[in-house]
Amino acid sequence: MMKKPLNLQIKRIGAILAATMIGVSSVPMHSDAMEHRSYTYIYDYWGDVQDTPDVYEVYRVFTSSELGLDVRLNNPSGIYATDDRVYICDTGNNRIVVLAKDEQQGLVYESEIKSIKFAPGASELSGPTDIAISEDGNLFIADKGNNRIVKVDPNLNFLMEFVLPVDSALSADTIFLPNKVVVDSAERVYCISDGINKGLLKYEADGTFAGFIGATKAAYDMLDYIWKKFATQEQIDRMPVDVPTEYSNIYMDYEGFIYASVPASDAQAIDDLKVDAVRRLNLLGNNILVNNGNWVNVGDIYWGSAGGYSGPSSFSDVTAFTNDIYVCLDRNRGRLFGYDDQGRMVFAFGGNGNMDGYFRRPVGIDHMGYDLLVLDQADCSITYFVLSDFGKDIFNAIDQFDRGEYEASGASWQRVLDVDGNYDLAYIGIGRSLLRQKQYKEAMRYFELKYDDENYSKAFKEYRKEWVQSHLFLTVLILLLVFLVPLGIEKYRNMQIEIATSDVFRFPDPEDNMTRAEIREYHKKQRQEFKEREKAKKEARKLAKLSSGNR
Amino acid sequence: MAKTEAKEKSIVSGIFGWFKNTFNEKYWDSLKFSLYCLTHPLDGFWDLTHEKRGTYAAANTILIATVLVRLLNLKYTSFVIQTVYWEDLNVWLYIASILFPLALFVVGNWATTTLFDGKGKLGQVYIGTCYALTPYPVMQVPLMILSNGLTTSEAQFYTVLSVISLVWCGALLVSAMGQIHEFSGFKNILFLIFSLFAMLVMVFILMLFFSMITQGIGYFYSLYREFMFRM
Repeated sequence: MMKKPLNLQIKRIGAILAATMIGVSSVPMHSDAMEHRSYTYIYDYWGDVQDTPDVYEVYRVFTSSELGLDVRLNNPSGIYATDDRVYICDTGNNRIVVLAKDEQQGLVYESEIKSIKFAPGASELSGPTDIAISEDGNLFIADKGNNRIVKVDPNLNFLMEFVLPVDSALSADTIFLPNKVVVDSAERVYCISDGINKGLLKYEADGTFAGFIGATKAAYDMLDYIWKKFATQEQIDRMPVDVPTEYSNIYMDYEGFIYASVPASDAQAIDDLKVDAVRRLNLLGNNILVNNGNWVNVGDIYWGSAGGYSGPSSFSDVTAFTNDIYVCLDRNRGRLFGYDDQGRMVFAFGGNGNMDGYFRRPVGIDHMGYDLLVLDQADCSITYFVLSDFGKDIFNAIDQFDRGEYEASGASWQRVLDVDGNYDLAYIGIGRSLLRQKQYKEAMRYFELKYDDENYSKAFKEYRKEWVQSHLFLTVLILLLVFLVPLGIEKYRNMQIEIATSDVFRFPDPEDNMTRAEIREYHKKQRQEFKEREKAKKEARKLAKLSSGNR
Repeated sequence: MAKTEAKEKSIVSGIFGWFKNTFNEKYWDSLKFSLYCLTHPLDGFWDLTHEKRGTYAAANTILIATVLVRLLNLKYTSFVIQTVYWEDLNVWLYIASILFPLALFVVGNWATTTLFDGKGKLGQVYIGTCYALTPYPVMQVPLMILSNGLTTSEAQFYTVLSVISLVWCGALLVSAMGQIHEFSGFKNILFLIFSLFAMLVMVFILMLFFSMITQGIGYFYSLYREFMFRM
């Protein structure tokens, strides 16, 4: 009975298969759901598209003219935001534009970085693609054209540079093209370099190369493998090569974990859950992203080919708030997908187009507080999103829950629910807040409405415990009955048999004047005779069967 | 006062009489015999046909109970075990999804075995098949109630028991066919596999038949429309 548009559903399937005798597989593709879609939507438990009010609204779109730039942005490819500044890597103009947050305007032009002081090599930047800023305020610039990452102090004085490491895993003709860079609190540098698919390059704070971390697994197909055994060399050359996918972008979150987005290269691999679309890497490079949602966090789960766009969502960047909600940017359909710390979808919105809030080639996303900034490479624009009232309620509810204000969180979720009755997380949120307030029965009701079996089980366990404690007598009685009734039935049956063979009970004729021992002997004989009679009956039945069997 | 009592009594005895006539002793005995077949698959299914211990009425009852339990399962099994997308559920289609394969099996099994010394008649195969379904209603009803007291970590218990009920049904079916047709073990398995092929063939023929009918109707309908246009 599961509705399953792709292989993306990750839970519950096993149990259902077992419980289903003759499965009715109904696989309705809701292709029409693609066409009537509001700006913001979510996928519900069944994978149906549920239109929701906008979680984010466009505050303003900033183009070169809005920012008052003398030289128009040209092919910008990276965005980095701190609490009060936004850095745009204007790759085509070999500069980094620094914008400041402004109460009235949103963003205003502040300065630009074109060159660095006291550099041993080139002092002019050449095609910078990304920038990261450490806690000490040092800037790390991915200076792609100069094949280096430079570390400069806030006054742009050269401090250090990171170049191609000497490593046996890299071939001699590898060129260092640092594309994306992040830096952690200890000023260790992680970067993505074009053409190196062994994972992120990690440098210690002193500039020594510390190895590759977090390589994606190559999408590997058994069928392809067998096929390749039989194919000719020409055929193999034309087949897609199974190499690990390069990350498209990385983001260092507030806890020092690296969010890495993986562009969609192979639709089938995504469908088979062989690749993650977004990962969260710990220090060892292992993926620790929680994926407990009903649907895997790969963006869109229906890949209709409408309007010239087909295939899975292809994430070009990712950013994460301090409440562990992370937002992935889909370059394919120009959408933003927000997931919470459990991997459940919070929102999805956007699209391809020229209107405000739509994109042509979105390449970068970052955030200031809960505001989102999206960089569009083709439009050369920055779209500034702010939370709507509806979105504020959602974020409030999540934050309040994290702070332990469970009652307030429940109230916030209720406000969300008042606006949108199809918002699954609100039901689960209310349920969780009720669970914390020990109102298990009500919590169970909310969880059941949205099929959250994990949380339901938590509430139900407590409820069951409470129930047993308050109905101790009844519970003991039921348990006793469960054991005693079958025993009683057994006893009753035995008695019935005894009565049916009652000649055992018949006392010998009193006139015989038997002694006790003789009476006992008499009973024994009776029992013996009865057993023999039964045996004879059984034999006869067997014989009858044999004879009829040999007909 | 006494009169009304007498009247009530007569009504009660009348109902009892009706029950007695409708569900006579033979019926109850044959229905009870299905429980005997649960634990004595060889002996039970032998007696089922050879000693005429089974009846159509009881077989129908078991089949209806199976279908009913399956329908009730949809609604009353805990959502922790199974979730139902009601929007896409067609009850009649769902019932057909149980009855149709069963009917195909009964006919297919009879059709293949009757050519190769199978002793069972079509009716006997039907009764045997229905009796083999007994574990399903017998086990699934308590399971259905049990499921509402389970958490996700305990759902395994349900799954295991549920699978056991199905495996039991399957084992009984194998045994029933062997006993009814008086086949040896190997021959029995062989003809069960043949029955599956026969089912496939029937499905194929039915599909062919339906598509031809549709085409035929479509042809005459278009002919009719053509006429109407020209008139």
